[in-house]
Amino acid sequence: MPTIYVDGRPHEVPEEGRNLLDACLSLGFDIPYFCWHPAMHSAGACRQCAIKVFATADDSRGRIVMACMTPVTDGVRLSIDDPEAVAFRASVIEWLMVGHPHDCPVCDEGGECHLQDMTVMTGHAYRRHRFPKRTHRNQDLGPLVNHEMNRCIQCYRCVRFYQELAGGRDLDVLGWHDHVYFGRHEDGVLESPFAGNLTEVCPTGVFTDKTLKPHYTRPWDLQTSPSVCVHCGLGCNTLPGERYGVLRRIRNRFNAHVNGFFLCDRGRYGHQFVNREDRLREPLLREANGRVRPASPEEALERLRFILRTGAAVGIGSPRASMETNFALRELVGADAFHDGLSQRDHELMATIRTVLLQGPGRSASVQDVARADAVLILGEDVQNTAPLLALALRQAVFQQALGIAQRLNIHKYLDSAVREAIQQDTGPLFIATPDETPIDDAATATYRRAPDDIARLGLAVAHRLDPEASAPELLDPSTDRLAQEIAEALRTAERPLVVCGHGCGSTAVIEAATNVVCALEAAGKAGSLSCSVPECNSMGLALMDGRGLAAAEQALRSGRASVLIVAENDLFRRMGAEAAEALLARAEHVIVLDSLPTRTTERASVVLPAATFAECSGTLVNAEGRGQRFIQTFVPEGQVQASWRWLGRMLAARDGLGAPPWANLDEILGALAGELPVCGGIRNLAPPASYRLHGQRVPRRSHRFSGQTAIHAHEDVREPDPPDDPDSPMSFSMEGYHGQPPSPLIARFRAPGWNSVQSVTKFSRGVAGPLQGGDPGRRLIEPEREHSLCYAAAVPPFEPQPGRWLAVPAHHVFGSEELSAGSPSVAALAPPPSLGVSPADAETMQLEEGQELGLSLEREVRSLPVRLRPQLPRGVVTVPVGLPGLEGLDLPAWVTLIVPGLPHRGPRSRHADA
Amino acid sequence: MERVLTQNIRPSEEPLTLLEYEQCGGYQGLRKALWSSPEEIQQMVTEAGLLGRGGAGFPTGRKWGSVPMGDRARHPKYFVVNADEMEPGAMKDRLLLEGDPHQLIEGIIISSYAIEASQAYIFLRWEYQLAARRLISALSQAYHNNRLGANILGSPYSLDIHLHQSGGRYMCGEAEALLSALEGRRAVPRSKPPYPTVCGLWGKPTVVNNVETVCNVPHIVKHGPEWFRSLSHTDEGGTKIYGASGRVRQPGLWELPMGTTIREVLEEHAGGMHNGHALKALLPGGGSTAFVLPEQLDTRMDFASMEAIGSRLGTGTMTVMDERTCPVGLVWGLEQFFARESCGWCTPCREGLPWVARTLEALETGDGRPGDLETLEHHVRWVRMGNTFCALAPGAMMPLESALRHFRSEFEDHVAAGGCPRR
Repeated sequence: MPTIYVDGRPHEVPEEGRNLLDACLSLGFDIPYFCWHPAMHSAGACRQCAIKVFATADDSRGRIVMACMTPVTDGVRLSIDDPEAVAFRASVIEWLMVGHPHDCPVCDEGGECHLQDMTVMTGHAYRRHRFPKRTHRNQDLGPLVNHEMNRCIQCYRCVRFYQELAGGRDLDVLGWHDHVYFGRHEDGVLESPFAGNLTEVCPTGVFTDKTLKPHYTRPWDLQTSPSVCVHCGLGCNTLPGERYGVLRRIRNRFNAHVNGFFLCDRGRYGHQFVNREDRLREPLLREANGRVRPASPEEALERLRFILRTGAAVGIGSPRASMETNFALRELVGADAFHDGLSQRDHELMATIRTVLLQGPGRSASVQDVARADAVLILGEDVQNTAPLLALALRQAVFQQALGIAQRLNIHKYLDSAVREAIQQDTGPLFIATPDETPIDDAATATYRRAPDDIARLGLAVAHRLDPEASAPELLDPSTDRLAQEIAEALRTAERPLVVCGHGCGSTAVIEAATNVVCALEAAGKAGSLSCSVPECNSMGLALMDGRGLAAAEQALRSGRASVLIVAENDLFRRMGAEAAEALLARAEHVIVLDSLPTRTTERASVVLPAATFAECSGTLVNAEGRGQRFIQTFVPEGQVQASWRWLGRMLAARDGLGAPPWANLDEILGALAGELPVCGGIRNLAPPASYRLHGQRVPRRSHRFSGQTAIHAHEDVREPDPPDDPDSPMSFSMEGYHGQPPSPLIARFRAPGWNSVQSVTKFSRGVAGPLQGGDPGRRLIEPEREHSLCYAAAVPPFEPQPGRWLAVPAHHVFGSEELSAGSPSVAALAPPPSLGVSPADAETMQLEEGQELGLSLEREVRSLPVRLRPQLPRGVVTVPVGLPGLEGLDLPAWVTLIVPGLPHRGPRSRHADA
Repeated sequence: MERVLTQNIRPSEEPLTLLEYEQCGGYQGLRKALWSSPEEIQQMVTEAGLLGRGGAGFPTGRKWGSVPMGDRARHPKYFVVNADEMEPGAMKDRLLLEGDPHQLIEGIIISSYAIEASQAYIFLRWEYQLAARRLISALSQAYHNNRLGANILGSPYSLDIHLHQSGGRYMCGEAEALLSALEGRRAVPRSKPPYPTVCGLWGKPTVVNNVETVCNVPHIVKHGPEWFRSLSHTDEGGTKIYGASGRVRQPGLWELPMGTTIREVLEEHAGGMHNGHALKALLPGGGSTAFVLPEQLDTRMDFASMEAIGSRLGTGTMTVMDERTCPVGLVWGLEQFFARESCGWCTPCREGLPWVARTLEALETGDGRPGDLETLEHHVRWVRMGNTFCALAPGAMMPLESALRHFRSEFEDHVAAGGCPRR
């Protein structure tokens, strides 16, 4: 290990070739910086991280260098405290502050502003510049991100993140000299679904959270806890912040294995559903006359005791409910009567995904594994719209092989722009096979646009090219075969090949084909990994519970084996057609629904219990990788809201006449779960138990600067009330407790002495972008079996367009397709209007024009949708957006007929009318 | 005295056509070069001691020598001519561009051949429209006569030259920013290392040379390094195009032996000071060189000698001031220029230069205050090479630093008198 000398003292650093800023921060030294970012590396623009480097031990003069632009070399002597370096750094901050408004007291960023921290650290306090400050006009960048350009210190991080990491094109740097402007060419919604990261990437208050503004709270006044995003299957780690019972915002919680430094905007802004006015906050009972009235928990439980004793119950769980809730339901109704609440198709898809990931040979890839993959084949998945953060990871992956080019030119990896300059377009390989274009096509080596069955056939062909034992698809056209050969070669010669698939195009054949590729790689002596995107936050956890399909629930009710239906956090109208859902609900004598928001399912319930959202209870989710992750309650909700598993425990106790629910707290139910389901054995140790204490203290949810703890209730009682107890975690609902660094699953905020902004993450990790100290939170619950027999999926016949019928495939949208985030106003505002994607060839045949209304006939219902021409869509295929209002519960892909509304001026009747 | 670079230039006449240029001995260097190996050409240029004429004086042979050669190099390689002449007071490249475009083209072909480049660019200042017209015409003649394109003069060597007319910014004259601009990006410089000779235009090995540098190459190849060295008064080889503007009797450009004294240029060629006024100081080679005083006139104008007196040769085109010129006002104008031309990438340049310019404006217009000189000195101290990303801002500090050193009392007078005493 190389040794570096910092102000005379030797320190060992892990490797040469990193830069001195990285090395010094990793050693715990404080050096101010702006343009450098652990995920974006060095730019050399701000000149803030100046240090002195000395040529030899005798050199006392030294020279000023930028730490971020200078490589670690063994024996290098540097000084952070050198008076010249200190003076120059003070000068840099003085320059940066020349145009910066002194609006800290009214700035949204105040209290977590990196510029504030660095200004204090550098010691610039007195303003010498006496001339007018430059001013800019701000832009309206849409509902998510606020723009205040006057605060800009031109660190260039925003455009570097937006363009280079996120692939966005509509945010740019404009203008010159001291009038450099970071914005769009004109006002308008930022196009990238990662735009929200600008609020954390920006070192000051140029880009701030617009959704926080209407109920702004100082960051130190937020009650926060470690949480997990519930808006897709990736399980990004988050930090929700609450005050006065309102969930104010979500920030990123660094986890090197999952989301790293970034979130998508669905994850960042989807939380607003928690604050909705129509939240269910009390139990609701339906009277004999059909009216619904609120009731006390005791009364509701009394009614439930009666209902549950009238007959057997079937339980319908949910992929958006925690492991604990699904398990509690399973305990209440029995394993045989537990259903996973998925549509028939999702049930089959998840069963396939579960099987392929447990059997192997493909190991499920973490998001970080995806970013490190050096050859990628995507089969059927529009990742930016189904598992958005995978898109960021894939944009990293395409640089993995290309980094070799820079390495051969002796360009240090941290010299970001030089590396990109050397690589140019020589990125990849990344092959994307999807029915329609995807937002990351610009990063692809090649794209392939076919119907799902043909995509599966491409996968099979790749597998066959890798291993001749794998069955070859019949009637393969030569161009597809050539592409398959190219892909096979790319995967074979890579070190870390990856296949991405998932639920996105609704085809088990595609997932099986992806497995074939990994199997064939194994046969060719390459360990490939598999990333299967899953639709919801606990889809994978639910799959591990082995619930039955909804058809079985219907069967149980129809046969009379059961008369009570218990639905936990699930809206059946999103899982099946409205008619089928109505029929299922009608078959039950009593319907009991637990949920946080009213749905069409709660409307039909005889008893509704108010369920806690992710922010109001603690629990466990299992992400697409199979990683179990704990989320810890952020705040105590108003009303009678409780974790569903608590309600279910109380129902069980009521039914069976027990004195108390079977599980008093999270640790107890997790113990029971782990005992019952061996596959989930590791689930108990994802976070320290509730009894855990650090120096005899709990870990506080509130910062040491939290204001008003004694005043909030002063109008009721001048004495400070006791904070609510938390039986489920070792965290307290107060500012008292241990304020040092807790174990990583209990990190409720990133803040270190002198570092109040999110930049303080480096103080919590091993190395500047390494795992959190003590290991990243979460744990893989599944690993592929060591011994497995290669089993290749059977051939798939080619897709044939059919006269008069079209194959409708699902089109996912990052905003709008997911249920919970669609209930958040600013996310809903960005959802696209429903439309029907048609290929130009089909449109020409049918004489359709863009925007024209067309009838989509599916499941005996006709929906009118405007036509959107999709240039890359194959013939005979149409796309239908998933989950948008009016389009819930569709079972796609499906064959549909399209009805062109009569054209009056051409039809015979109108001619008659004209006459 | 031998005129080399300007031998074919007849001011106010059309430049030589390809045929005329050949009749005057043109393209002889090229023929000779194509019979030599690229390494031999590099060797000749190295031995000739040709120093880059863009202002930095980097040895051209050394620059070429750092280009990866042969099969291990990444292709295509690029040769780029920096014709973005925007240094205040400089117009020497314009003379060569307008006056003898074939000389430049011949130089480009030989230089490209020497580094095995297959593509060459002329990055031309937007305002040089006449040069553009003449280059387009000359390039077309060269293509029609097999001096460009495939298998030049029947050799295995092929080359294309593309004329790129810049969108126009001073920053584009910085080699790395020039490459960024040529790629269609913002003209922001790049970090070094990697140097462009290894990772340049579109990530490929690239040499960027100034117009005057390239124009020397055919003559070095044609007559040999010994001859080239003999042209100079000092050990920096060749001739140099010197210029003078400002308060002189006869502003102009003259090709003279490298190392001609400032006094000779000023007094013999520029005709001395205007109407009997006295020389106060001069900027020897553009806006980013330090002032030279009358007592330093016997300094030889080459890179080493000018550096020895604390200034720089720069472009060798001097701007002359007499006793009527206010140094504060002159520097204010320069700093305004540099502040405006900053690309905005690094902090000291982007924020420091406007502060300097505003302070000088305040001094000049009557808003000077005690402490202003300290502000200026603060910038002189900290805005220097290594502290900034490129050389623009440190260059901008050179006239300010030397003006404060030589004319400090006049700066102080501006504070005391509440403005410029000359106004």
